[in-house]
Amino acid sequence: MTAPGVEDGVRETPPLDERRLHPVTPLRRAWAPIAVIIGWAVHDPNQAQEQLARLTTATLLIGLAVFVPAAALYGFLTWWFTHFAVTDSELRIRTGLVFRRTAHIRLERIQAVDVTQPLLARVAGVAKLKLDVIGADKKDELAFLGEDEARALRAELLARAAGFAPETAHEVGEAPSRELLRVPPRVLAVSLVLTGATWGALAAALVVPPLLWLATHSVWTVLATGLPLLGAAGASSAGRFVGEYDWTVGESPDGLRIDHGLLDRTHETVPPGRVQTVRIVEPLLWRRRDWVRVELDVAGSSNSVLVPVAPRPIAESVVARVLPGVTVPPRSALSRPPRRAGRCLPVWWRGYGLAVSDGVFAARHGLLRRSLSLVPHAKVQSVRLAQGPWQRLWRIADVHVDTGANKTVTARLRDAQEAAELLGAQAERSRTGRRDARPDRWMAP
Amino acid sequence: METGSAADTGTTGAEPVWTGLPPRLLSMRRLLLVVWLGLLALAVGLLLGLLVGPGWAAFALLPLALAGWGWVMLGRNWRSWRYAERADDLLISKGVLWQEETVVPYGRMQLVEVTSGPVERHFRLASVQLHTAAAATDATIPGLDPAEAERLRDRLTELGEARSAGL
Repeated sequence: MTAPGVEDGVRETPPLDERRLHPVTPLRRAWAPIAVIIGWAVHDPNQAQEQLARLTTATLLIGLAVFVPAAALYGFLTWWFTHFAVTDSELRIRTGLVFRRTAHIRLERIQAVDVTQPLLARVAGVAKLKLDVIGADKKDELAFLGEDEARALRAELLARAAGFAPETAHEVGEAPSRELLRVPPRVLAVSLVLTGATWGALAAALVVPPLLWLATHSVWTVLATGLPLLGAAGASSAGRFVGEYDWTVGESPDGLRIDHGLLDRTHETVPPGRVQTVRIVEPLLWRRRDWVRVELDVAGSSNSVLVPVAPRPIAESVVARVLPGVTVPPRSALSRPPRRAGRCLPVWWRGYGLAVSDGVFAARHGLLRRSLSLVPHAKVQSVRLAQGPWQRLWRIADVHVDTGANKTVTARLRDAQEAAELLGAQAERSRTGRRDARPDRWMAP
Repeated sequence: METGSAADTGTTGAEPVWTGLPPRLLSMRRLLLVVWLGLLALAVGLLLGLLVGPGWAAFALLPLALAGWGWVMLGRNWRSWRYAERADDLLISKGVLWQEETVVPYGRMQLVEVTSGPVERHFRLASVQLHTAAAATDATIPGLDPAEAERLRDRLTELGEARSAGL
């Protein structure tokens, strides 16, 4: 199981410090064939029962004797053929038994590094390392590594990505983190109670199955619709509570640290200068308490939450850390669309707003659930002005700002003249905004 | 709006120097329209005339009317397309009823693509497409003179390198 040098005789590449994943990994992989069997049994319960009834103890034992070693061998082989190595500029992952796959990930292009620990992995003392890279559909992950090894590797990757010399990258170690915010469990629970989606899912789970029962009197239909609904209700309330439990945001030279989870612990790191847009969402029922939720978009990553719930002043101070030198425009600074915009979009036109400051382009939308999107000028990829025929009649236009995270922030229903000026000015700002931006390798001398 | 060789640079802030698309693009689009709708009219007229009755063949006028309407629409749409190279960004303006104006700073360009299909090649046309890191950026200039398309590509790539900014 050791001695990785055995097969080295035929390798043409210069010897790298190639490493294997943690020896626990095969156990995880061994689950795959069993999951297939279970899936089949659930999918087709009648036939599965028939087949099981026909089995005698002897066949069962023989089956187990074949099946378990086969699964173990499969797990062992996938583990044996997965290697990774960190070079000066890249993280290389070689994997695959039949279909070989080699991924070279450029370190300065890494958008975020996550260390996650599912419950069982916590028990076993191992962790998963996930990397966000631009242009990749899914996250590349190293599962599993020893807990300390994962931490050390994350520190090393970030240090090298930051531009520390390769020799010193090992010694730099984990950058010290300073806590910015911790969400108390009580606040999180109250915030979930005050979220419409929680109640919507619960109501659907409670109302739809009885109605279906009255309509069809078929247990299977009721179960088939009721169980997913219950699952959705659970995920949106208890699931979110468990996932967002003990949410901590910290600041370190490596970037922003986000740690959360009750059962599965996740430790995310977003290096500085990678945030493309920040959204401050304010659901209707939170408004009285002045609570907000902060989400951020990073290129190559799915929608991620920065702060699940926090009082507005604290949330704004965290946003100021994420986007240095940016103050969140207060509500009074947002300019509303002109009154005639009501002809294009009755009632809801009041929900839109726009503010442009030195650092950001900020657009708000939503009447009940307000959402304010902030785009740093340096992250704007292109600016578009669009105007339909009805809008032209009322001299109204929309301005779209495209960012690198494939998100478009739109300032809707602006005065046409103002929008035209905004288009030119925003292009100019996005061009000059980049000059003061930090380099990709933020620690490089 | 007539085709002209693009003026080299407009300074930022000053009124941009707009360039239209070559008339050959309009000819190509109109030809394609007439060919396809003409074939459709012929097929409809023959089928209905022979199978149902001669009177029904009048339905063939429908695609012809469509072709006439499309002829005018294509002209308006062609006139609406224009682009301008400024010192630091490229402007593309298009659309008649739904107007859209796009600004792409040169520094944000990740890739400049020149494509040309068989029909386009016959009409000596090529399209230039700009890609930035944002997929929503739809900056395409359809149907340019191949020489102009290549000049634009080289110039954009050169300017993009000089002002490169990435993400």
